[in-house]
Amino acid sequence: MAQQYRADLLVSCVHDRPPEVVTALENEIKQRGLDQEIRVVTAGCRGFCAVGPVILMQPDDIFYVNVQAADVPELVEETLVKGRVVERLTYKDPATRKFIHHYSDIPSQRKQMRVALRHCGLINPESIDEYIAVGGYEALSKAFTMKPEAIIEEIKTSGLRGRGGAGFPTGRKWESARKAEGDVKYIIANGDEGDPNCFMDRALMEGDPLAILEGMTIGAYAVGAHEGYVYLPYEYTLAVKTLKNAIQQAREYGLLGKNILGSGFEFDIQLRMGARSFVGGESTAIMHAIEGKPSEPRAKHVHTTDKGLWDRPSCLNNVKTWSIVSEIVLRGGKWFAGIGTKTSTGTQVFSLAGKINTTGLVEVPMGTTVRQLVFDVGGGLPKKRKFKAIQIGGPSGGVLPDSLLDMPMDYETLAEAGSMMGTGGVVIMDDRTCVVDIARYFLEFLTDESCGKCTTCREGVRRMLEIMTRITQGQGKLADLDTLETLARVVHSVSLCGLGKTAANPVLSTLRYFRPEYEKHIVDQYCPAGVCKKITSFQIVVDKCPGCGLCIKACPEGAITGEKKQPHVIDQTKCLRCGACFDACNLGAIITTSRAEMEKEVVA
Amino acid sequence: MPQLKSLDELKQLRQQLQKDVKTRTETEATITVGMGTCGIAAGAREVMRATLDTLAARGIDAHVTTVGCIGMCSKEPLVDVKRGDESKITYGNVTPAMVPRIIDEHLAKGQVIEEWVVARAAG
Repeated sequence: MAQQYRADLLVSCVHDRPPEVVTALENEIKQRGLDQEIRVVTAGCRGFCAVGPVILMQPDDIFYVNVQAADVPELVEETLVKGRVVERLTYKDPATRKFIHHYSDIPSQRKQMRVALRHCGLINPESIDEYIAVGGYEALSKAFTMKPEAIIEEIKTSGLRGRGGAGFPTGRKWESARKAEGDVKYIIANGDEGDPNCFMDRALMEGDPLAILEGMTIGAYAVGAHEGYVYLPYEYTLAVKTLKNAIQQAREYGLLGKNILGSGFEFDIQLRMGARSFVGGESTAIMHAIEGKPSEPRAKHVHTTDKGLWDRPSCLNNVKTWSIVSEIVLRGGKWFAGIGTKTSTGTQVFSLAGKINTTGLVEVPMGTTVRQLVFDVGGGLPKKRKFKAIQIGGPSGGVLPDSLLDMPMDYETLAEAGSMMGTGGVVIMDDRTCVVDIARYFLEFLTDESCGKCTTCREGVRRMLEIMTRITQGQGKLADLDTLETLARVVHSVSLCGLGKTAANPVLSTLRYFRPEYEKHIVDQYCPAGVCKKITSFQIVVDKCPGCGLCIKACPEGAITGEKKQPHVIDQTKCLRCGACFDACNLGAIITTSRAEMEKEVVA
Repeated sequence: MPQLKSLDELKQLRQQLQKDVKTRTETEATITVGMGTCGIAAGAREVMRATLDTLAARGIDAHVTTVGCIGMCSKEPLVDVKRGDESKITYGNVTPAMVPRIIDEHLAKGQVIEEWVVARAAG
């Protein structure tokens, strides 16, 4: 007889942190003699990264955020003993500022749809039993009753496209790998994500490793492979641990190895770790890395499905793609094709970062508009600041303006707008973000990440960075803008891999949508957002300043002086141009102006 | 861990394991025990223990939840039984000895034990 519990406490965001909350919960529950009734389960990422650690209590659906060890006695006393909700620990909706007691009532959750991350935060990722209990390996069972060709057909029907960034149709890739000649073929899962502020692959590997392994096993059966590799960054220590453990448990159950489930099919998976890098996540770079060579991409005149790892036919997909595969086999290709848009089916995981209330991971149907993603799912911008721009697709994604807020996000529309789906990294920017400086920042990142193989990428991106740096320092020329466009075109058309091909996106898209801001930097020597320090001054508008003193308190240099209820003054010689006063002022009494103009006034 | 040698073995294992995560899945029925200070003083904790043990012994799939004081303190311990779309039935002055009958007759077969009912929710 299995132990019956009346409640499970699913604790997320406690991996890689001191396990204080979990230990405190376990101790408190034990002390009160509740350990026969209530179980504490360490689960994976639920996407609420801004408010972790979070706890979901099932079956009551009570959701607590920001739980610290000190909150535990009250939580146990009130909720577990007396059945009452501790309101102060519940989720506060950023829009209505009301506390929401139940997980399923949180607006941002209701607008999401979880396919790739379906089990993250719901099961203990270290237990294969829990994975099987929630329906794990049901898809593989079904796959074994189908012909390999029929599985590929099902994936083709689903319209699934690779979730690693490029969006190549998965069914077609599998078909090529199946048809490729050779008796040794490989299955590879790509868990190397190099985008800054992207962590969906990590969250999946940590939260639901067996979904990836099951998908890979189905893929292996479909294309006729018997060996598989998961490639992931060594820095993802927890993901390495959970995957190792998952592979071990799957082997013990005979779900990996010889004669899986009596089908006669043989397949095993190994882990390969490398250093996390942006270019290292490219498919041919990964194959090189697994072979023990430097992880640099090669030209793909010959497809990897014909000659990939060790020159054998190889089928590489992102870990999210593999996770989705099981769900498609189980529920049918038509089900998946019914979600999203016609050409971009299913769901996409986005990691929200920047000026947004609910930073973290979300999964929404393809074709969701930017506005829905930012305001409905993401809860809008903090402090009700004005939305200025959004960058979609990681560091080499395009920056799109507010006029495109109602644009549906799918592969084609994003590409047309000068951006891309990429891995789904999203950065939201408000009016205090300078798009010129942002484009410069991403070029800097890409310069560092370029492997240096192609001259255009190695030299071209660096030259673009130099020009952009000049512009942000007020030394740009209008002719620079044409040079940037020319360089961008060359880098795009000559570079071999995705890094070089997309490196110019941030510059090209900002030039396309925010050209006046570039011109202000060059002609007027003025940065409207007040970010580029060399060409920015802050000034107090005398008529608007009530003399409240907020800016005086905010200034780290003591550069602002003034009597109470008298307009304050900024000492331009002491001012660092940090903008702390600008952010502190609630009345818009502090404005940005060009530095030259300010100097003129000072002289006068 | 035993090796799984066929699809059927996996299916059997899944059926066994499903019970272990049942709190996280939908069930047909819910038993709610009033656990305010009044309820606990009247012995609600023992009633809940008995509920959990009986459910485990019978292998019945139902959620057991708790709720604070609802104002009927004189009738504590209070136990609500809700089956699917049926209206919620509240039993009063429940003792651990009464629990097996509530589970066997009401929860399993849908026969409300009229003499113990103290309230029923409309709809």
